[in-house]
Amino acid sequence: MTYTDKKKKRLFAGLAIFITLVHIIPFYILITTSLKAKGDFSSKWAFPEQISFENFSEAWELTNLGNSFINSAIITLFSAVLLIVLGSMAAYPLARRQTKLNKFFYFLFIAIMIIPPLTALVPLYNLVVDFGMMNTYEVAIFNNVAAFMPLTIFLYAGFIRSTIPKELEEAAKIDGASTLGIFFRIVFPLLKPITASILIISCVYIWNDYQFAIFFLQDSAMHTLTVSLANFFGSNQNKLNLVAAAALMSMLPMTILFLFLQKYFIKGLAAGSVKG
Amino acid sequence: MMSELVARRKVAVAKKAPKRKEKKPSSLWWMYTPSLVIVFLFILYPFLNGIQLSFTNWNGFSQSYDWVGFDQYKRMFTDPTTWLVVKNTLLYGMGSTILQNIIGLLYALLLNQSIRMKAITRTVIYLPVIISPLIMGYIWYFFFAYQGGALNDVLLFLGLEKINALANPEWNTWIIVFVNTYQYVGVAMIIYLAGLQSISKDYYEAAQIDGASALQQFKNITLPLLMPSITINMVLNIIGGLKLFDVIIALTGGGPGNASQSMSTFMYDLYFKRQDAGYAATQGVFMAVIILILSLAALVYFRRKEVEA
Repeated sequence: MTYTDKKKKRLFAGLAIFITLVHIIPFYILITTSLKAKGDFSSKWAFPEQISFENFSEAWELTNLGNSFINSAIITLFSAVLLIVLGSMAAYPLARRQTKLNKFFYFLFIAIMIIPPLTALVPLYNLVVDFGMMNTYEVAIFNNVAAFMPLTIFLYAGFIRSTIPKELEEAAKIDGASTLGIFFRIVFPLLKPITASILIISCVYIWNDYQFAIFFLQDSAMHTLTVSLANFFGSNQNKLNLVAAAALMSMLPMTILFLFLQKYFIKGLAAGSVKG
Repeated sequence: MMSELVARRKVAVAKKAPKRKEKKPSSLWWMYTPSLVIVFLFILYPFLNGIQLSFTNWNGFSQSYDWVGFDQYKRMFTDPTTWLVVKNTLLYGMGSTILQNIIGLLYALLLNQSIRMKAITRTVIYLPVIISPLIMGYIWYFFFAYQGGALNDVLLFLGLEKINALANPEWNTWIIVFVNTYQYVGVAMIIYLAGLQSISKDYYEAAQIDGASALQQFKNITLPLLMPSITINMVLNIIGGLKLFDVIIALTGGGPGNASQSMSTFMYDLYFKRQDAGYAATQGVFMAVIILILSLAALVYFRRKEVEA
């Protein structure tokens, strides 16, 4: 290795460390703020003099965070399962059977991706009230499923087209298996990699959803984490220690999920982009 | 007459049936019907219904409303707030798109080198993507807040005056662009990294033999071959930026006045705070048109470059 190569390497490594530190700043401030005792009005840059976990228990009780956790978990879980089951099932004929009807509906699903969900908000609100679905899990679940369905179908269809051999299904057909049987017993298990990616990406977005939740889950018993947090912030702007603690707790599940399953996040993103 | 037609058709279908089975596979439409129903009910129907409502003066809760023709559209195009909000929305969309792509590409180029511990850098840059944009807004509020914000601590330390950046209508829109960029630059970076890794090393070796400089290699090899990644990033970021909502609510609430309002937050205000549902629907239609035109324009423009490359 030449001298300049070594120098270059050191420069790059230094740059990477610098960028990492800059990106960490907000997290550093968030964590240290949450650990500071009530009377500690030191600079946001300063490390807490005494580490105190009081903020966490206080914020947990004040925001009724336990209840919001359960709501967010139920909505996220059911939406994700519906997305995976219905989305993969929908993508199969759209990817495999190139009939005119299927081509049209595939195009329709993709075109819907462009509609910003908020632009449909006013009439949707109307519809939800008419259905008597205000403040229910169902409305949040169906909204999230609808919002993510086009992307899910797009990713599944791309994966089925490019990686699942047709011969497998033809062999099963000769053996007399039904279409659903072929799909769930033979095709679906092979979709595992893309299922993992879709599951993780959709879970993160649904867990973090605020736009739908704030409109349709206004009853405090139905609040999700983001809605609870927004209300809490609105009334405690001068108690940032508590806000920081509540924010940290509510982002913890997805952060853990991300740190353990990082490769699926990145693979899913890369797969979607390269094939798109 | 009717039954005769049906009967005739049935015969025709029955005759054709065996042939069809061989030639044309069945559509299996029942497999996507459930998805279609959900998407139709929760997106497509409300969207179309919204176009209808944009021609009314509905207030959002009463049972009746009047058809007012294009009045809401006239009102929208003569309302100065509309143009302020459109300007902000474009700033959020375009500003974040440009910043995320430039910085994301630079990060990807750096992390494509063999550096020790680069996985940590990548993780840290990507981490904000998984956090709710609302919380991201609050986190940055700690930084920019007037009382006890981290930025003002630095300014005071340097002997300067404290600033109320979030209440300053000239700065706060840029702060929102900055926060959105910080949060989602990781997505652009990952997509560019995947693109960079799919470029064969042979091109660079050949170029080096020909004596091409690093800059020439970047311009003539990397950039053209990265075009598909650029397309997807541009379109994703434009759509994401134009739809911005949560961060604005968290950082400024659209204020002061309407100074940092985007089309999404403005619609929210019109509907829930000002009981102006018909007008909110009109703004919604306009927003959909803007997003459609800009994302399609970006798609067509960058796709064409891909073909040339």
